[in-house]
Amino acid sequence: MQNLPIYPEQASTIARDFDLFLFVLLGLSVFFLGLIVLLVVFFSIRYRAGSRVNRELKSPDNYKLEIFWTVVPTLLVLLLFGWSTKIYFNYFRVPENAQEIFVTGKQWMWKTQHLNGRREINELHVPVNTPIKLTMTSEDVIHSLFVPEFRVKKDVLPGTYSTLWFEATKTGVFNLFCAEYCGTEHALMKGNVYVMELPEYQRWLEEGNTGDIAMASSGEHLFNRMGCVVCHREGSGARGPALTGLFGSEVQLTGGETTVADEAYLRESIMNPKAHVVAGYTPLMPTFEGQLSQDDIAQLISYIKSLDDAGDPGSAS
Amino acid sequence: MSTQIAEADALPRPNYLNVKRSILSWLLTTDHKRIGILYLISITVFFLAGGLFAALIRIELLTPQADLVESDIYNRLFTLHGIIMIFFFLVPSIPAVLGNFLLPLMLGAKDLAFPRLNLLSWYLYWIGGVFAVVVLLQGGVDTGWTFYTPFSSFASNGNVVLAAAGGFVAGFSSILTGLNFIVTIHKMRAPGLTWFRLPLFVWAHYATSLIQVLATPVLGISLVLIMVERVWRVGIFDPTIGGDPVLFQHLFWFYSHPAVYIMILPGMGVVSEVITCFSRKRIFGYHMIAFSSLAIAILGFLVWGHHMFVSTQAMYTGIVFSILTMLVAIPSAIKVFNWTATLYKGQIYFEAPMLFVFGFLGLFTIGGLTGLFLGLLAADIHFHDTHFVVAHFHYVMVGGMVMAYLAGLHFWWPKMTGRMYNRQLAALAAILIFVGFNMTFFPQFILGALGMPRRYHVYNEEFQLLNVMSTAGAGVMGIGYLLPLIYMPLSLFVGKRAGANPWLAKGLEWTVPSPPTTYNFDHTPVVTEEPYAYDNRLHAAGMGQGE
Ligand code: HEC
Ligand SMILES: [Cu+2]
Ligand SMILES: [Cu+2]
Repeated sequence: MQNLPIYPEQASTIARDFDLFLFVLLGLSVFFLGLIVLLVVFFSIRYRAGSRVNRELKSPDNYKLEIFWTVVPTLLVLLLFGWSTKIYFNYFRVPENAQEIFVTGKQWMWKTQHLNGRREINELHVPVNTPIKLTMTSEDVIHSLFVPEFRVKKDVLPGTYSTLWFEATKTGVFNLFCAEYCGTEHALMKGNVYVMELPEYQRWLEEGNTGDIAMASSGEHLFNRMGCVVCHREGSGARGPALTGLFGSEVQLTGGETTVADEAYLRESIMNPKAHVVAGYTPLMPTFEGQLSQDDIAQLISYIKSLDDAGDPGSAS
Repeated sequence: MSTQIAEADALPRPNYLNVKRSILSWLLTTDHKRIGILYLISITVFFLAGGLFAALIRIELLTPQADLVESDIYNRLFTLHGIIMIFFFLVPSIPAVLGNFLLPLMLGAKDLAFPRLNLLSWYLYWIGGVFAVVVLLQGGVDTGWTFYTPFSSFASNGNVVLAAAGGFVAGFSSILTGLNFIVTIHKMRAPGLTWFRLPLFVWAHYATSLIQVLATPVLGISLVLIMVERVWRVGIFDPTIGGDPVLFQHLFWFYSHPAVYIMILPGMGVVSEVITCFSRKRIFGYHMIAFSSLAIAILGFLVWGHHMFVSTQAMYTGIVFSILTMLVAIPSAIKVFNWTATLYKGQIYFEAPMLFVFGFLGLFTIGGLTGLFLGLLAADIHFHDTHFVVAHFHYVMVGGMVMAYLAGLHFWWPKMTGRMYNRQLAALAAILIFVGFNMTFFPQFILGALGMPRRYHVYNEEFQLLNVMSTAGAGVMGIGYLLPLIYMPLSLFVGKRAGANPWLAKGLEWTVPSPPTTYNFDHTPVVTEEPYAYDNRLHAAGMGQGE
């Protein structure tokens, strides 16, 4: 037991916006609480039974006052709502240049994999001052990735991807928690985030990278091995759509809808192809449910993403 | 005032308590007052059980390691603590005990509209309760009271199906009580008792009943779906068999957010009754308080998504739920302002019920304000699923509802039993609970801000000091709760006779003897005045003295 901490360090760009907002909100709350407490105490003393004070009331009700204390708090909370929503947008606005790391939650550990293939368990190494995007999924139940010092949290679901981004502003070691109750050892499903200077991070990435292959290359390998390439080859006559440039583009679906091809979409296209069928194609792609591990899917997706860069696979690492 | 002689001390003529004395006459009673007492005993039993689990949780949390219990046991403790306290204590607390006892009395009626249905509700409550006890004996359940899927679909190693069945049955008890109240309030008001002459306690129960009837079925449905999925492996929530895990959260919170109001609105009703009586003043802004109860009931159905801001819910969905949550905060704020204004120029008496209400005002205000933190999107991202949330809802549910329940129990106890309890001890209990409560839960706000997730029994060293403070507070609070368990029952034997109206209060329930007779009123009363027709200039001599 050491001294008494009361607030976590501020270690990400979003934490700055968050903290300012929080302190204003806290200030307002303390003000209102203080107001109520003061009034209750003051009235209790002044109007205690038997005290000799004027108790004549001009009228029992006071509509003006009631309207006042309805309208003012309403305006205040709407202002707070506007401000908080502005910050909330930032949580969704993943910077273009964010560096991607795949995260898999499983009972009861966090597995992460960097694009060059390096894996970690219950640890996450990231460079400072660099936007990082976590693409996360779960192998079993719902978990939730939480880094208090960054003020970020997002549930991690089985069967789909969720994303979370942050940009660390301080080097150091921070907490990584699972915030969503997930069974027996939920309380032990935690680890550390190591924020390092960029060159140091680069060194770290390489040094551990003994047997690991870049995710996109493993993905390419899988793409060939699983027979994806048979249908998804370049050029005319292929039975499936070409995947080059797919990631991040708008896809026209049968039925007239469009959707943006993000990680969750790619994942669903592989695991449950019938859910969204690309316009102009017959839904003959088989499902790969049960044949691919979470890691395999992540690697395939990295590969498909790497096809973005003018069909030059492997350039993403 | 001859309290020495036992004969003279006897309670007045045959009353609802002493007309019949056999156990069977209690178990088969259709008298709303006796059913209220049956509930009082039942929920006290469950409160003690839930409290025991809470004590074990707090003791385990004294140290950062798992020492008192291991993970699986700890998970069962907080699950059962939640299930019992919510479904078997808080939801029935004020409505089933005080509401049952008082609604007909306040309305000038002989009983509720459907007395036998009322008894059935109590039996359903106990069938649900027996399921809970069986679950406990079978080794418990570890899903948390929220039953989140897909954990509860396939990963939980507890008695999910039994626990869900218990919640399902208990739900019907709640639905039937709500239905009974709605019909009673519509149909059984005494002549002259117009809607705007109703005590606010009745308005609050009307709003509560609407929620019970409309929301509880959805809880029933979600629990049935869980059972179906678990038993027959039908893919509903489990993605490996084609389900959607987040769907469950929508269904669950569609009930459980409104249920928060089931657990607080009746408390607000009690506060309005008590605060007027002990400041000898008409309530400030009667209409606003009445309508804000309805507003809360209606808006409360539209905010469930604020429990799911980080659940991968779409960005715009989150925004809609956030703004609606801001709006539902307003009626609660209005009520707090109105109660405070009621004190202005009052004639304030610091009797135990009033002390509990003061406690309520402070704690509920903190609970409400921290609710804003969780309803505002950005802030919630950090606080969600941390101890901040735990502190917040305990401030509302325990600081608010339990305080109000105790206020109400102390206020109407003389009516229910004909006896006055030891008022000094009661005041002491109110103070101990207030102080202990803040010591217990205030540190948890800080723990949450620091990032300690909820449902963690193994935690980082740096969280220990605050956890120790919290546990120490729980000890103080526990003593506060044990006191009424001693002086209340004791008052039945040694308490002074209360007389019909010990608080010199207004309202039809105070016009009949304490305890009332089986049929409440000898003649149907006729109401000619506003509620709370107190005169704030008059000293209420003899307040609380009894006869
Ligand atoms: C039998 C041929 C076939 C095989 C094998 C096949 N696919 Fe497909 N795939 C298709 C067809 C046809 C479509 C378009 C219709 C649809 O959306 O289902 C498609 C669609 C897709 C899409 C969505 C494309 C877009 O433009 O939106 C992705 C991503 C994809 N496949 C990935 C894969 C991967 C990865 C594999 C290997 C694991 C694979 N496919 C194997 C036929 C195939
Ligand atoms: Cu967890
Ligand atoms: Cu809610």
